[in-house]
Amino acid sequence: MTTKPIFDEMWGQTEDVRGPYKELGSWFDGEDPARLRAKKREAEELFRLTGITFNVYGREEAEERLIPFDIIPRIMSGTEWRKLSRGIEQRVRAINQFLYDIYHRQEIVRAGRIPAEMIQNNEAFLPQMCGVNPPGGVYTHIVGIDLVRTGEDQFYVLEDNARTPSGVSYMLENRETMLQMFPELFQRNRVRPVQSYPTDLCRSLAACAPAATQGKPTVAVLTPGIFNSAYFEHAFLADEMGVELVEGHDLRIVDGRVAMRTTCGYRPIDVLYRRVDDDFIDPLNFRPESQLGVPGIMDVYRAGGITIANAPGTGIADDKAIYSYMPDIVEFYTGERPLLENVPTWRCAEEDAFKYVREHLHELVVKEVHGSGGYGMLVGPTATKKDIAAFREKFEAKPANYIAQPTLSLSTVPIFNRTGLTPRHVDLRPFVQVSPQGINITPGGLTRVALKKGSLVVNSSQGGGTKDTWVLED
Amino acid sequence: MLGRTANGLFWMYRYLERAENTSRLIETGQRLALTRLGNSDDEWRPVLQAAAMDQGFEAAHDSLTRDAAIDWMLRAPGNPSSVMSTVSMARQNAREVRTAVTEEVWEATNGAYMAIKALLSRKVSDRDLPQVLAAIRQRTALVRGATHGTMMRNDIYDFMRIGTFLERADNTARILDVKYYVLLPSAMSVGSSIDNVQWESILRSVSARGGFRMAYGNAGSARDIAAFLILDRRMPRSLAFCVGKILDNLGYLINDYGFRSEAIDHAEALAGDCLHTDIDEIFDQGLHEFLQDVLMRLGLLGRQIEIDYRFAG
Repeated sequence: MTTKPIFDEMWGQTEDVRGPYKELGSWFDGEDPARLRAKKREAEELFRLTGITFNVYGREEAEERLIPFDIIPRIMSGTEWRKLSRGIEQRVRAINQFLYDIYHRQEIVRAGRIPAEMIQNNEAFLPQMCGVNPPGGVYTHIVGIDLVRTGEDQFYVLEDNARTPSGVSYMLENRETMLQMFPELFQRNRVRPVQSYPTDLCRSLAACAPAATQGKPTVAVLTPGIFNSAYFEHAFLADEMGVELVEGHDLRIVDGRVAMRTTCGYRPIDVLYRRVDDDFIDPLNFRPESQLGVPGIMDVYRAGGITIANAPGTGIADDKAIYSYMPDIVEFYTGERPLLENVPTWRCAEEDAFKYVREHLHELVVKEVHGSGGYGMLVGPTATKKDIAAFREKFEAKPANYIAQPTLSLSTVPIFNRTGLTPRHVDLRPFVQVSPQGINITPGGLTRVALKKGSLVVNSSQGGGTKDTWVLED
Repeated sequence: MLGRTANGLFWMYRYLERAENTSRLIETGQRLALTRLGNSDDEWRPVLQAAAMDQGFEAAHDSLTRDAAIDWMLRAPGNPSSVMSTVSMARQNAREVRTAVTEEVWEATNGAYMAIKALLSRKVSDRDLPQVLAAIRQRTALVRGATHGTMMRNDIYDFMRIGTFLERADNTARILDVKYYVLLPSAMSVGSSIDNVQWESILRSVSARGGFRMAYGNAGSARDIAAFLILDRRMPRSLAFCVGKILDNLGYLINDYGFRSEAIDHAEALAGDCLHTDIDEIFDQGLHEFLQDVLMRLGLLGRQIEIDYRFAG
């Protein structure tokens, strides 16, 4: 895979602009680079301003959390998107069925498709969820599937974010910024809108309301509070959905319901979109010292008095060790071949895999099973000898802690910098909403781009930026 | 609305009002110190008292100097009522209630915080003090203007207004009390020429010199000033005006929510017992006793509002 040439989504492999980028290309050729540079600065200022105006930060803090934005959109044709979204839908459906099964009869384990210890010894598995039936049968109300592309038709799923995926506010802000800065581009291209995400989300969540709901469902967003790094996104989503943004100490159990303290007394909440981790959500059932959750909410949940989105215990589906079983999972539950491929993965807990990985560290990407944010991972081909030696020590001490994957030649999309257009590696996180009424995938998503030349790490904590992501109407 | 949101709105505006009042008090103290002979450091004791910052100051300092007093009131992190502390708290509360306020209100509040933080990043020199104090008042006025111009007139606005006027009434009562009690312990000296400067300083500290002159001319007595600041409903910092506004807004909440609060009983009693009277009666009763009674009732009113509208768990 490493020897294949890198696929550029704008130029393909032929220096000929690919279909979805045709209009953009001719627009760009007619533009004065100096004007674009000014626009780029304008975009940064716009972000700083929204950072300050909405994201409840000061100028310095906004500076800190300012993720670089690139003005060149990442574009997909409607056909590409339809294909992709069929694969995403299939995968998300399988994830929900998998979660139901794991917390009920565990047929997939009985069938020998997943070893029992992968579930029983997994920290992300919540025994408290066994036998619980989430309202509407939905476990993952919101999913963010991380995808990478390596060729015209090759997409791989890198990660399934089934807990509380974040970043959707960037998707919305990026589009808003592009609309303000380059309205002419939207006249030349028919770009499918993403702006209805919050309204759609609110409707999707309301459709998952529990049986105890009386009248129109009351939705609320639960945040750990203003010191959380994603607080702005919580506030932003609550505001856009027109629902209350609550904290743990606003809530208590009243008459068997989770209720929020309003100026007119306690009012029951039907659907709680929580941005608080499982461990912290209920000090009576999980971590007793947590101040962020609601004591007893799990008991109400088990009794069908509230919908928690996403359901507790969904982490078992996006664990990196479980990831390697995803093709089996999709096949087992849907009876179909997976439409989206997994990246081949060595589970280093297995002797043969461990031996192979140990010998090939310099050409593999090695990740911690429970890690996230690009920390604690080794990118073999770009690491120094010293990095590899240091990593080897940790790795050999606890191989079960790691999985390894080949280094994919991620596709590139051009960014605009001092030298003009220049290719950089990207990934994509589309956002998916699940309700009994169906699976809704917002056309587009968050494109993250590694701004450093040749770098494959797109995480914002490691020098990554973002792009607006377009799906064309065709 | 969440009780926590009501709490955040109420305190956001109390803190903004307090920051503004503190800056006015410093200005008055500075002016008083500059226009009088003798040991000007002593002038700062009553100013600290008026701001209810004297005890905290004494606990943190061995002796009272003008510089230390100003710094304590403006910047001290150890003083929860210093301008810097209150502006930070106002902004903190604004972040908590970000979804309840308009973009313009948030921007004005955040802008006030950033500007004031920059101005107060180091000790303020004598030369810069007037501009710094003016900037603090302009910044808080900007928040008030954005509030007035962009906020819906609903329960959110009611809690903002109640916080504002409760703080303001408290402040006016304290200023009056300190000046009367500390500077004029003997009723004999009321109306004598010595205290004219003092009384005038009171008017200055509530930005009411012009208004007073308009209403009473240049020959107003101490008694007139007290009447003006306690009973005059035209004067936006008088007790009667502030309590009237609190009553209005509590009334709107009752209409809006459809249940009567106990707080309105407190506010009505405060208005009926203390403010439907004339200044002679107040002086007969004793101005200090009167003001202490008002301050206590304001405190109880504030607590009752917190209970009625479930500010805390």
